[in-house]
Amino acid sequence: MADVVLRVTGVNKRFGGLQALSDVGIQIERGQIYGLIGPNGAGKTTFFNVITGLYAPDSGTFELDGKPYSPHEVHRVAAAGIARTFQNIRLFPDMTALENVMVGRHVRTKATALGAILRTRATVREESAIKQRSLELLDYVGIRKYADYQARTLAYGDQRRLEIARALATEPKLLALDEPAAGMNATEKLALRELLVAISRDGVTILLIEHDVKLVMGLCDRVTVLDYGKMIAMGNPADVQRDPAVIEAYLGGGHASVAAKAQPA
Amino acid sequence: MQTYFPNLRNNPAAAWIATFVVAALLIALPFAFGLLGNAWVRALAFALLYIMLALGLNIVVGFAGLLDLGYIAFYAVGAYMYALLASPHLASQFAWIAQTFPTGLHSSIWFVIPLGAGIAALFGILLGAPVLKLRGDYLAIVTLGFGEIIRIFLNNLNAPLNITNGPQGITLIDPVRIAGVNFGRPQNLFGIELPSVYLYYYLFLVLTIITIVICVRLQDSRLGRAWMAIREDEIAAKAMGINVRNVKLLAFALGATFGGVSGAMFSAFQGFVSPESFVLGESIIVLSMVVLGGLGHVPGVVLGAVLLALFPEVLRHTVQPVQTMLFGKVIVEAEVLRMMLYGLAMVFIMLYRPKGIWPAPEHGVNPSSRAGKVEAA
Repeated sequence: MADVVLRVTGVNKRFGGLQALSDVGIQIERGQIYGLIGPNGAGKTTFFNVITGLYAPDSGTFELDGKPYSPHEVHRVAAAGIARTFQNIRLFPDMTALENVMVGRHVRTKATALGAILRTRATVREESAIKQRSLELLDYVGIRKYADYQARTLAYGDQRRLEIARALATEPKLLALDEPAAGMNATEKLALRELLVAISRDGVTILLIEHDVKLVMGLCDRVTVLDYGKMIAMGNPADVQRDPAVIEAYLGGGHASVAAKAQPA
Repeated sequence: MQTYFPNLRNNPAAAWIATFVVAALLIALPFAFGLLGNAWVRALAFALLYIMLALGLNIVVGFAGLLDLGYIAFYAVGAYMYALLASPHLASQFAWIAQTFPTGLHSSIWFVIPLGAGIAALFGILLGAPVLKLRGDYLAIVTLGFGEIIRIFLNNLNAPLNITNGPQGITLIDPVRIAGVNFGRPQNLFGIELPSVYLYYYLFLVLTIITIVICVRLQDSRLGRAWMAIREDEIAAKAMGINVRNVKLLAFALGATFGGVSGAMFSAFQGFVSPESFVLGESIIVLSMVVLGGLGHVPGVVLGAVLLALFPEVLRHTVQPVQTMLFGKVIVEAEVLRMMLYGLAMVFIMLYRPKGIWPAPEHGVNPSSRAGKVEAA
């Protein structure tokens, strides 16, 4: 029996007349880097928003670490153990990098307003633990030197890293990254790849939505391909890459046979 | 704070001396103003009430980023609560109250301050609950309506049961009494005669300092960061596991608390309340203090409140004498000039210091950043 972190089955989501997702499901095992790919408009981000609670699904079952969870309230999903980043970076721009990560600790800490007003010993201790852990995480993603800079002043690649650090601060069982390499140059992509490998090695399961097939292929243990809201392929990256349906989805009808011939078997 | 006074952090002796000097100045302040007349000390006491109001509003608008145009309603709630619990009004209207309290209703400040805070917090939640999903202009309009509803209630709750005495307001409100000291009468302290306004000044000073400490501590806490996260990006805040509903309600409730307490103090200080003190214009003035001083920055908000609260007093004492001196008659009333100058001040502040007179410090501009590109992204 495999150790399954996330098991999602039978997700349907309709926007008016558009069936954005039909019967989509994935199963992610602990320690995997799981890729979710597909051409533009395939429903990757929609699926992502459904499992993280941003969109309410029309149907589907959701199970995290063996326990069913209801993806109807975003903050509960984070508390249950799925942390996410956003395709178009959503940091807290006027807060410092350190404060951004400290916000990520919110869900795992419990100081109350009264504790803060009276500055009780427990609150002071918790606060310094939050700061300590956040600095460690900034160090981990390699931007500790920018701890006191406002998030909006960071370089693009560093903002991506900060977003990952903030997500890691919630101690997720599953780290869900929505196109983390979008807008990055080749060097930044390479560095990101190294970071993701390190995170995975340290025991965090990763769900990766990506456009960049090359990045996904080299990095992921398993891949699901979506097209027009349907799963068209699933398996290890090498097999999926050769799948005629996938090639057709990416390149259009008629290319499948040509591409298949071009690929060394 | 450490950005402004870094040397004090590492130098306890200097910090103690600075604290001592500031405390001495604040204690001596009414005597200095008192040389010009008690009206000035009164203006000082009002400035302190406004600081409390502005800091309370700052929690909602500055920290959590929720625009509230009806904040004065909480001030009204606190003021009327004290007025009803410490004046002959209710006993004169309801026989059973007169029977239960044969000596009339008199409430201790130790009871009224927590109660005022609690009731205002309740009203804060009452306002917060329906507006959880609103932002910006829509939120402003609903809160504005809330402020007006409270005022109109106060204005009309004199029939069929006379609870608030309508537009006439409530009179003969007890002054504050602490440990047998009646703040309504001059007191003799070590041979110095302290008029009533001086006593109130010191009381309000203590409350203001408590308010400032609470605000600063909240700002640097887990809750304070959650408020700021909501202000910056609500969806990202949710995705970080922040329960946006609860945190927003807490902002409304805690913000209202300060309004309620300062309202109760206002009521005791004036000895009279009427709905006229709680018009929309007052909400806007308190909001102006917050915005003018520095949205979300406690020292800035205090500065804004002091400036805007003392400014009318300065005008009142200068405009007419200056005009009689120059032209031999009064051409522009101080009141008219005040609104004009308020407007002008707002225009200039928004043009030249959009973040306020004393905004929160910027944290470093990263030299390696491609800021323009990042903001566009």
